[in-house]
Amino acid sequence: MSETGHIEFDPLSTGSARRRITSKAIVYGLLGVFAAFYLMPIVIILANTLRPLDDIVRTGFIAWPTDISLSYWGEAWGTFCIGGQCEGVSRYFKNSLAMAIPATVISTALGLINGYVLSKWRFRGADLMFGLITLGVFLPPQMTLLPWAYILGSIGLSNTISGLVLVHVVQGVSFTTLFCRNYFINIPDDLIKAARIDGAGFWRIFRRIVLPLSPPIVIVAVIWQFTGIWNEFLFGTIFTSGDKQPITAAIVAFSGSGTGERHYNVEAAAVIMAALPPLFIYLVGGKYFVRGLTSGAVK
Amino acid sequence: MSSLEIRDLRKRFGSVEVLKDINLSAESGEFVALVGPSGCGKSTLLAMIAGLESVSSGEIRIDDRVVNDAAPKDRDIAMVFQSYALYPTMTVRENMSFGMESRKVPKAEQKTTIARVAEMLQIEPLLNRKPSQLSGGQRQRVAMGRALVRDPKLFLFDEPLSNLDAKLRIEMRGEIKRLHRDVGKTTVYVTHDQVEAMTLASRIAVMFGGVLQQYDTPKNIYDDPVNRFVAGFMGSPTMNFLDATVERGGLVLEGGDGTVLPLPPERLAGLTPGQRVIWGVRPEHFSPAAEGRVERRGGVSVPVEAHVEMTEPTGAETILMTRIAGQKALISVEPDDAPDAGQTAALAVDMAKTCLFDPTTDTRL
Amino acid sequence: MTTDAKTPRLRRWLGDNIGPLVLMPTLVASFAYVVLFSAWTLWLSVSTSTLLPDPTYGGWGEYAALWQSKRWTVAYQNLFVFGTLYVLGSLIVGTLLAILIDQRVRFEAVWRTIFLYPLAISFIVTGTVWRWIFHPQTGVELALHDMGWIAAEFDWITDRDLALYVVVITGIWHASGFAMALILAGLRSVDGDIVKAAQIDGASVPRTYWRVILPTIWPIFLAVAVVLLQFAIKTYDLVVALTQGGPGVATTVPAIVVFDLMFERGQIAQGAAAAVMILVALGCVLIPYALYTRWRTRREESRHV
Repeated sequence: MSETGHIEFDPLSTGSARRRITSKAIVYGLLGVFAAFYLMPIVIILANTLRPLDDIVRTGFIAWPTDISLSYWGEAWGTFCIGGQCEGVSRYFKNSLAMAIPATVISTALGLINGYVLSKWRFRGADLMFGLITLGVFLPPQMTLLPWAYILGSIGLSNTISGLVLVHVVQGVSFTTLFCRNYFINIPDDLIKAARIDGAGFWRIFRRIVLPLSPPIVIVAVIWQFTGIWNEFLFGTIFTSGDKQPITAAIVAFSGSGTGERHYNVEAAAVIMAALPPLFIYLVGGKYFVRGLTSGAVK
Repeated sequence: MSSLEIRDLRKRFGSVEVLKDINLSAESGEFVALVGPSGCGKSTLLAMIAGLESVSSGEIRIDDRVVNDAAPKDRDIAMVFQSYALYPTMTVRENMSFGMESRKVPKAEQKTTIARVAEMLQIEPLLNRKPSQLSGGQRQRVAMGRALVRDPKLFLFDEPLSNLDAKLRIEMRGEIKRLHRDVGKTTVYVTHDQVEAMTLASRIAVMFGGVLQQYDTPKNIYDDPVNRFVAGFMGSPTMNFLDATVERGGLVLEGGDGTVLPLPPERLAGLTPGQRVIWGVRPEHFSPAAEGRVERRGGVSVPVEAHVEMTEPTGAETILMTRIAGQKALISVEPDDAPDAGQTAALAVDMAKTCLFDPTTDTRL
Repeated sequence: MTTDAKTPRLRRWLGDNIGPLVLMPTLVASFAYVVLFSAWTLWLSVSTSTLLPDPTYGGWGEYAALWQSKRWTVAYQNLFVFGTLYVLGSLIVGTLLAILIDQRVRFEAVWRTIFLYPLAISFIVTGTVWRWIFHPQTGVELALHDMGWIAAEFDWITDRDLALYVVVITGIWHASGFAMALILAGLRSVDGDIVKAAQIDGASVPRTYWRVILPTIWPIFLAVAVVLLQFAIKTYDLVVALTQGGPGVATTVPAIVVFDLMFERGQIAQGAAAAVMILVALGCVLIPYALYTRWRTRREESRHV
């Protein structure tokens, strides 16, 4: 019995059959209620991407769809008017992609190298450096807005996607370094020592020993970074404007304005599109998502 | 005082049958040890008695009451775990009072009970400490204290001494025996250590593969094992098993020179000449031939020659790793009588104490 | 001779210090990011900048002005209320969900996926969606009216006194999955024998959780609370999408004031001061926690039995 862990032993399964059944019923019942609460918003919005506008205006969002049409998705993508331009959200979606993918790749790559150095190459001040880099994780973005605005302006990157990439890379390196270093520290030092005795140098060890062991943490870092960067709003809305904005900023632009006719169904489709990429990654790689949570968040 | 009765108990996990047809009963005040190797089902059986595992089929009765469906707290039992399982955020006193609080025992009674038990176990100075501030032996005592406070019908122990070092284990073993003598409750004690079972139990249940192999007093289990597993499991160093054939009124060892080791007539009765058997003889059943120890006790000894390959002096005895008729055998002798490696020892065996097993079924003949 | 002796030394120096060298670019960037940017903003907060940065020293007057402005004090109060309810609510809901899942339920992966997916969704999307649901003209109130309950009212989001609670509810919806994931991991780390002992001791399942299991994992609650507090202090996106700070200043939070001052009102110095105040708030949460965890690990190491 000492071999079985907490997961095995089920306190609710002791006692009479009646007690077992009622307690399990309560548990599943409560879970179901909560699940409904969590799923409800997405279900409602999804339903509303299919309904004609008059229906929505008449009965609000929370109603059964009657006339269903998929046309609003096409509108949202290609013809929807945002801030004076009527090209749909496709442009902003592509902006977000152009921003998130490079930033994720670069910050993860840098994080890998940094994590490798900080965990395997002892030198004076290594811990201090690590501490400093990690502080970047906790720094509130408000402290960096004005400096960034100035810098991006000076090097001519204001209102460009590249500018956003730069900002996200610098901020992201803190995260990825933290994850990777904590992960690599579990690689036995003896492996590295043996390789050094064999004559391998810094990059050789990285390529042949560390990198092959890194896929799990790479996945975690990529998922975490992509999700965070794609979903980010503050930098997006400050450092770009107009048709250079990422999709999060675009959504606020069209849904915030109260003037004119609100095309709720198209807006709903646009909102779903904005949520899809990270959601998709989450559904596919959820296990790694959680791993990133439990390892990175609780320092 | 109570009794425990287990009838035709079976336990299945999915399609795997983990306990098969267990029948066991314990009289009031008995100390029953459940022994066996890992995976034999003893821990599962204990969990079922406690109510922590459900019953697939069969009956468990405590004090003549069927408790199959009763929750653990309604079975009037107490349990001591291998990992002590003390509540880490509570003091020793709170650990002991937790159960009473759950059962709404009046505060005054809680106080006196805790004082009594603490005195019995000598843990009074520890009452205000937390488990993390206690040593292994102290934690074990507190765990027992928590069980004693309940005044249950049945005490259950799940390998409580496995986490202690050897010396502490022997000390705590003595304490458990003393406690049982003083408190006198029916106890079921799970262990994989057969020495613990032999020293503590009034009856031992040997288990293997989910089946109860033998349930008897320690002496009977040791002297009269019902099959080869029980014979080999109990006793340290283990019993020797040598291949032999029944011939001309005795045993002829395989690989030997044909010398016959005569068997007492009552033994020969159930055997047929030419039958192959396994001869089970414990290391301590051998004695130096010259000593005549067996004769002094009124028995008849049989001479055996053993070729000594290595000796292991342990201080109290010397274990000889020998070959008898080419088969390996362990022999235990007094250090002064020990021959050197390479020599041939002339030994005497009391055949009446040895056992015979069927090679295919492993049962005792 | 001398040139030969130099080159191997240079190469050796390079080899020995390749670590710091490789780190240098990122290190400089991180250093700049953390230290320089903070110092820069700090400097701006005591400068006389208005619409554009002006390096002239102006004293700490902007801080005084900030704390005297109604907008800021209300924002800070809102943060206080929101933060407390958000953290407590997420912890409670998260714990409840974790306990439910811990009961060895089937389809655990499905439940976990459902409760955690809000974390994958941007605050903007969350805020927009919930705004539609909360708004009386499009959401719950309208649905209730349609169902026949004409007199029903659910206009919290437009109510000055109640709008903040809308933000709280949405925040809890978003973050309780996170709390659940961490607390569930904690529940799983508890020694199973302790639970069995509590069962035998006669504790009911709720009592076992309340008196035995949850106290054992209290450091996890602390860690989760700290992380959630950070989220709360940095909250910006959610409020922008949900209520845009309104009605009036009912849901304005410090981060919104910062943005406002910096980029809409041309009061950079005061905005910088507000940003510094946010940093201070974060520091008040993180520094004691960091010190505390360090003290605790040191104490546990010395007391290793």
